[in-house]
Amino acid sequence: MATMRDIKRRKESVSSTGQITKAMKLVATVKLQKAKSRAENSKPYFDQMYKTMSSILSKSGGVMHPYLEGNDSDKKGVIVITSNRGLAGGYNSNLLKLVTKDERFSPKDTIIYPVGKKGVISLGKSGYDLKTDYSEAINNPLFSDAVDIGREVLEAYENGEIGEIYIAYTRFKNTVTHIPTMLKLLPLSGEEAEEDNTAEEEEVTDIEKLTLMNYEPEAEEALEMIVPKYINSIVFGALVEAVASENGARMQAMDSATNNAEEMIDNLTLLYNRARQSAITQELTEIIAGSAAVE
Amino acid sequence: MADSKTFRLCVIAPERTFYEDDVEMVELNTTEGEIGILPEHIPLTTIIAPGILRIMVGDDVKEASLCNGFMEVQKTKVTILAESCEWPEEIDIKRANEAKARAERRIKSGDSEINLMRAELALQRSLTRIELANKYR
Repeated sequence: MATMRDIKRRKESVSSTGQITKAMKLVATVKLQKAKSRAENSKPYFDQMYKTMSSILSKSGGVMHPYLEGNDSDKKGVIVITSNRGLAGGYNSNLLKLVTKDERFSPKDTIIYPVGKKGVISLGKSGYDLKTDYSEAINNPLFSDAVDIGREVLEAYENGEIGEIYIAYTRFKNTVTHIPTMLKLLPLSGEEAEEDNTAEEEEVTDIEKLTLMNYEPEAEEALEMIVPKYINSIVFGALVEAVASENGARMQAMDSATNNAEEMIDNLTLLYNRARQSAITQELTEIIAGSAAVE
Repeated sequence: MADSKTFRLCVIAPERTFYEDDVEMVELNTTEGEIGILPEHIPLTTIIAPGILRIMVGDDVKEASLCNGFMEVQKTKVTILAESCEWPEEIDIKRANEAKARAERRIKSGDSEINLMRAELALQRSLTRIELANKYR
């Protein structure tokens, strides 16, 4: 029976695919652990950066600065962090949807600063204007990469090429939950800083509000110096979290692929055994029929 | 914190929490000049210039190189957010020397103003690192 051989071949191919996905899952798991511990190590820096930033902003009511007010350009700059490799489930497409499905970011007046080859390819096809490609950074994000990206967007902002800066990345909530996120970096407004303030921080800020903070140099000057650092640190944080999310997503995708392969093998084994059984039965029937004919 | 002889110091770098403990005094460079912080300092936020960070605990003095960042001083707590921070034994002297040569070359070639500023900062950073590394070798 020909189907028996077909089934066998199919089973072998599925099982070798299963082995590959299993290996990829293991690799992703190891990478995830590394990326996760990096993301956790860098967390205190951003939390502190964020707190300081919001405390400065809350006191800078009357300050006039382009970082707070924006400029006249209608163009928007978006830093889009995707991965260099595929096979990570919906990781890349979910993030890219944030940009392409949003009416604010039409290809006409959006400039993309892509990190990750998948984003470069996909957004390039949709007709977006792409700037320097920082895809190398995603392999092993260093703080200096973030500084480079930050410097470029800030220069464009200061030259009036772009009027707003956003960053799109995948937030790493935990190993199984990753949230595609769009964050507005510039111009800064006090309200947004307030929004994210969680309840646990509030009690501290109440006491802090009573003590007067001194700035050296003056608050405006300090703002001018701290904002680029703030941008850099957000970019770095986003890079590190995106790497963790990417590996988490890949781990999940490969895990379900391995499970599917196992399920398919089970079904195929059943089919194969059935085919074998029926072949044996048929042979037996033939022999019996043959011997009956001879008698 | 019953006695006010010490305060909590947190030095945080992007990759790790560099230092976190109770100390008696810290000294470092800011853009406005050198500064020493003792307990019960008035609240202050200031920008850090590349230089050596000195941490005093008891008779012990710890030194580290510190570049770019800012510091937030509160009554009982000082937080330093540094873009890079290293103990003397972590400094790669070869790299620092290379960075120094590179920065010097760039300053001589007389690039645009922004690049010049950047090169000067880089030079300052590498000099701090070299100084500290040589001191502890």
